[in-house]
Amino acid sequence: MAPNRNALATELVSGVLAGDRRLCARAISLIENNAPEAREIVSALYPHTGQAMVVGVTGSPGVGKSTLVEAMTLEWRRRGRTVGIVAVDPTSPFTGGAILGDRIRMQRTSGDVGVFIRSMAARGHLGGLAAATEEAVAVLDAAGFQVVIVETVGAGQSEVEVMNVARTTVVVLAPGLGDDVQAAKAGILEIGDVFVVNKADRPGAKETAVQLENMLELGGAMARHGRVRLSAQDLIHHAGLEQETEVVESEDIGWQPPVLQTTAFDGGGVPEVVAAIERHHEYLQAHGVGAMREFERAAARVRELLAAILAAKAQEKSAQAGQWDSLIARVARRELDPFSAATLVAQALSV
Amino acid sequence: MERKIRVLVAKPGLDSHDRGAKVVARALRDAGMEVIYTGLRQTPDQIAEAALQEDVDVVGISILSGAHRVLVPRIVERLRELGLSDVLVVVGGIIPPDDVPFLLERGVAAVFGPGSSTADIVAFIEEHVQKVRA
Repeated sequence: MAPNRNALATELVSGVLAGDRRLCARAISLIENNAPEAREIVSALYPHTGQAMVVGVTGSPGVGKSTLVEAMTLEWRRRGRTVGIVAVDPTSPFTGGAILGDRIRMQRTSGDVGVFIRSMAARGHLGGLAAATEEAVAVLDAAGFQVVIVETVGAGQSEVEVMNVARTTVVVLAPGLGDDVQAAKAGILEIGDVFVVNKADRPGAKETAVQLENMLELGGAMARHGRVRLSAQDLIHHAGLEQETEVVESEDIGWQPPVLQTTAFDGGGVPEVVAAIERHHEYLQAHGVGAMREFERAAARVRELLAAILAAKAQEKSAQAGQWDSLIARVARRELDPFSAATLVAQALSV
Repeated sequence: MERKIRVLVAKPGLDSHDRGAKVVARALRDAGMEVIYTGLRQTPDQIAEAALQEDVDVVGISILSGAHRVLVPRIVERLRELGLSDVLVVVGGIIPPDDVPFLLERGVAAVFGPGSSTADIVAFIEEHVQKVRA
């Protein structure tokens, strides 16, 4: 490794750990751009992460995510906590450019040194986040921000990736969605630990909240808790938790996601949302559920990176063997299906 | 390694009109840049701090109110204090021609008045960011 690369990475790592805002910003950019120093920075910071309360905020476009994030930030500042925010917006699939407008709704926090806002373009990554969102969160976590909020792009039904980054996921809805709430019962409604019906001053807010409560009782919540119950023994075993964690029986292990109503623009109902998130955080710590989720998350992350590494390696080997281009051409001509082609490429790994 | 040009489009002072800023933001986006828009009525301190947190290559200031002689130098100064002297600062809006040299002397790289083409703005930014990065 080149010595000057080390020097830059070392400078950034110690700057981030010291909470230097400029160097935090630089570190995030290098990681986001996949610079040569990126991996070294992430590795060095990783042992210093895991301290922050990481909160995900997701929901359809226009429900008031950014406004709610600002209101939550103001409430946490009143409680004396520092807050980092990573706000993701979509990248244009045609030009690769992006307009990142989340700051427009977060003006009341600007000028406060206890708040750090970073806007990120999704850069073609699907799932509601940018590819480097998790690492940006890690930078702010390592820099000592006590709460880190991740705001997803306006998300519909399948942008559930935020649950792998956040410890507590807040799903935001607005009244007037009616049947949409029904339609959305899979996907993001299953990942909520706290539900917020924003714009509660508008007609239909109460009905939306009631519908949501009914639906959570019926489906999503039970499925989610069933999943936790089923995998509990397994994960406790794998995570090596037997010694320090008492296995909590099924009744206690459940978390009933609360449905809260807010008017984020004037802060109405927001202290209750913050309180619910903190309760969820305590719940995770108290029952070892947090450790289980960390294990699941770590497994998912390693699997994801493993897939990327193996895929790149397989492609490289296949190309070296002169096989890649002809295989792809055969798929394009419909002589070979993509699955068979991928299987052939994967076999190059074992050679 | 892909590196996007990141631009902060900022509206300092008391303007309540941001159509021009939004048109420019859109043009920069269409040129493949990542544009962070601050919204209206920002102070110089807020703009500089946002530039720092967002690690931008360019700060584009849109100003119509006539307060550019006060606000723009203060933004440039604050950027320097924060260690962001390599950030390109461009100004757009209603700037009397007589004030342009004054702004250029104080660290502004270019002033784009009414009638400027967005293509020129894009080209200017692309060229100058390449220089800084080289």
